Amino acid sequence: MRTLAIFITTASLALVPSPVTAQPAATGITGAPAAGGDSFVIKGATVHTVSGADIPNGSVIVRNGKIMGVGKNLPAPKDMKVIDGKGLHVYPGMIDAGTEIGLIEINSVRETSDTTELGKFNPQLVALTAVNPESEHIPVTRFNGITSAITMPSGQLISGQVSLIHLDGWTTDEMGIKPRAGLHLRMPAIATPRGGFQGDSGDIPAALAARGSFTQAKQNFDKEMAELNEFFETSRRYMQLKAAQPAGFKPDLKLEAMIPVIEGKVPVLITAVLEREIKDALAFAEKQKLKIILLDAQEAYKVTKEIKAANVPVVLGPTLSLPINEDDPYDRQYTTPADLQKAGILFSIGTLEGKANLASRNLPYQAAQAVAFGLPHDEAIKAITQNAAIIWGVSDLIGTIEEGKWADLLLTDGDPLEATTTVKQVFIKGKASDMQSKHKQLYDKYINRPN
Amino acid sequence: MRINRRTLLISLAAPVATPFLTKLAAQSAASGNDTVLIQNATILTITNGTVKGSILLQGGKIAALGEKVLAPAGAKVIDGAGKFVMPGIIDCHSHIMAEAINEGTVSVSSMVGIEDVLNPEDVGIYRALAGGVTTANILHGSANSIGGKTIVMKMRWGKNAQTMKFEGAAPGIKFALGENPKRAGQAVAAGLAGVGSAPRYPATRMGVEDVIRQAFNDAKDYKSIWATYNAKLAKGEVVMPPARDLKFDALVEVLDGKRLVHAHCYRQDEILMLIHVADDYGFKIRTFQHVLEGYKVAKEIAAHGGGASTFADWWAYKLEANDAIPYNAAILVKKGVLTSLNSDDAELMRHLDKEAAKTVKYGGLTETEALSLITINPAKQLKIENRVGSLEVGKDADVLLYDAHPLSNFSKVEKVWIDGHMYFDRDEDISNRTKKDLEKKALIQKAAADQRGPGGRGGATAPTPQEEGNNQ
Repeated sequence: MRTLAIFITTASLALVPSPVTAQPAATGITGAPAAGGDSFVIKGATVHTVSGADIPNGSVIVRNGKIMGVGKNLPAPKDMKVIDGKGLHVYPGMIDAGTEIGLIEINSVRETSDTTELGKFNPQLVALTAVNPESEHIPVTRFNGITSAITMPSGQLISGQVSLIHLDGWTTDEMGIKPRAGLHLRMPAIATPRGGFQGDSGDIPAALAARGSFTQAKQNFDKEMAELNEFFETSRRYMQLKAAQPAGFKPDLKLEAMIPVIEGKVPVLITAVLEREIKDALAFAEKQKLKIILLDAQEAYKVTKEIKAANVPVVLGPTLSLPINEDDPYDRQYTTPADLQKAGILFSIGTLEGKANLASRNLPYQAAQAVAFGLPHDEAIKAITQNAAIIWGVSDLIGTIEEGKWADLLLTDGDPLEATTTVKQVFIKGKASDMQSKHKQLYDKYINRPN
Repeated sequence: MRINRRTLLISLAAPVATPFLTKLAAQSAASGNDTVLIQNATILTITNGTVKGSILLQGGKIAALGEKVLAPAGAKVIDGAGKFVMPGIIDCHSHIMAEAINEGTVSVSSMVGIEDVLNPEDVGIYRALAGGVTTANILHGSANSIGGKTIVMKMRWGKNAQTMKFEGAAPGIKFALGENPKRAGQAVAAGLAGVGSAPRYPATRMGVEDVIRQAFNDAKDYKSIWATYNAKLAKGEVVMPPARDLKFDALVEVLDGKRLVHAHCYRQDEILMLIHVADDYGFKIRTFQHVLEGYKVAKEIAAHGGGASTFADWWAYKLEANDAIPYNAAILVKKGVLTSLNSDDAELMRHLDKEAAKTVKYGGLTETEALSLITINPAKQLKIENRVGSLEVGKDADVLLYDAHPLSNFSKVEKVWIDGHMYFDRDEDISNRTKKDLEKKALIQKAAADQRGPGGRGGATAPTPQEEGNNQ
């Protein structure tokens, strides 16, 4: 309430980047979301609904955290708080369709990482269990307008269930939108490790030497494929057995977790990078009759026909990535989103990659790079809002500015895809999020260090 | 070109390695025009504001720049309407081309130089060009308190390593503080530099300071021994020369201000430590690299006269990067530190322009201040600002043509000139793709046919079992 009130007074003056009260600097404690204050009207802003045309000088009415009206000259209830949106833009909150946010704090410090469990088959693990609501990454990411994210376990074959979370909340329970949004499976690959520092200048013979033999890699691949199929068959048998309830039936946590997957109620998020892995993933889905989402499908551009025919959505990794092969065009990764869009494939973007948790705040810039290389601008915005919501089965809740959806909104001074744009305020379920972060606090502290 | 069977096999087996295609790209992209006039463009000079007009590249230099410039006879005229021109980007911290990074067995490795391990066919060069980088400071790794010698290169794709060197650029050396130099022998966190090697002094930040001080004590002794010898020699005395030590030669150059120190660092305590050490021994730290807590000690860095070369927004990838903030560059600039943004990464190197744009939001730098972080500021840090870093008549014609403002995330580099020669042309790159694909297919078919045909196996160039395995 207090946060919002202060915000409104500031808003009418010319918004400063951080409308929230100053916190004691560098305590490491960011402010908590404001309680209440989830009914208001934003007036006079350009409203980018994503579901339809932009509305210049438009209004968005929010009541109890939900969008109650969007349009021009809407009659707002008299006693409702008014946020002056003149000169500003309203966008739906952005959704990062693949991260490790909340599961890892500092990459090189093992104790701060909860992404990777031991073992090949862990369908019973749920990411939300290990999300740290106090992670510094959450406010830092939210600062740029990302309001929700898929956070994922990772590992060998089946690493666990990914969770769709809001990037605000006092507890994991409050943050969770869909704790079991999908099962993360890494497609077995004929692994051929690459040489070279940063993958950019491998000495050829050395790289070859490091690979081990093809025969070895193929054997390992065949073994993993067999194990994977066997695990799904076992899950099916367990499901039948459970239905029959024979005497002495004992529930099994791993197999129990597979039932919604087998039933097609929970999608399988399959990491499949190269053409061969993508084709294997499609064939596997067909054989096991699974609902799947492809993840980090860097060579999806080679398989667009098959992906489209199977009606499978894709979560691409960061656009700002090096090409896989030395002789790929320099802009190979930049043009993939446009290729998928042209092929009519539903796609979104996840900021995963080695530096996953640090890169999520740059989600809009991953979309922007695709625009520079041919993706229509509105499709880029859709990719990180509406498309992500559809792919993760929450398009009734988030992803666009439409009546009845949660008020996950951004108030910005420009196009959020531009790095020079500032997100003035984030609203999650109608609550004004604290726009402070560890980074902003350290800035406020040290810019004021006396000379 | 004669096709070597062994190379063919390698290119078949390893999709990362296709030397032929790399060479082809080199040949085509290096075709340039010595006299080029870009007209009607928005020219971001960096040092003298924005000019709506023309820029003339002639004889490898910027020959003219202004609202109206007449095209000399034979000049290639490019219509720059709606387009933007800016100086080539300078990356003050890169490891592309380097086939070795760390001489990690000792904590003072000033005897080695990255100059000796440069691969001019690293495709990273071409990719960096396509992102607008024309000059890069190639550094030794950070496993050593005092690392190897560094070298400044121009991205003259297609030339040999010798020809790519930035003529006359001051030589440099890498120092490294904090987690990396003290990590040797550490058993955990596999995959990080130094892990898995034998334990080695130093293992603490205290030890890092000690190693650097001891090295300069020894270097001073070495310098005085040689001074004594030279003095005696000058007097005509008969003396035997002292032993040359390449390790100390480089450090004496540092003491004499002839070799620039680029010091990898993170935390404020270690930054202050190095300033104190440098002050005590009478040398300067030219750039603090990464310097992610530089914003905490900007005053002290400015007073030392040191520069800062940092990331736009990387953080939290290790403990000492945990207080990194995206406002670092802006605070450093505002507190009077000569600051640049660098990549330290072959991918990040391709969009330093977009990294610069972030400083407009994080800390409110002006557009010119933001672009200076990747042009004139790193040029000054490398002492090459009389040659590059801004668009001024007489400077090297290292010039970029963009389809929109470079600080817009929707812009891209269309053409890149170095010394007035075109080294990257997006149109040419795209039009060559079909040809390259066909050549690759033909090579693969030929290799496959060679293997199938009579005499395809055996003979002098028979594949090793290793290669056979990879071809199955």
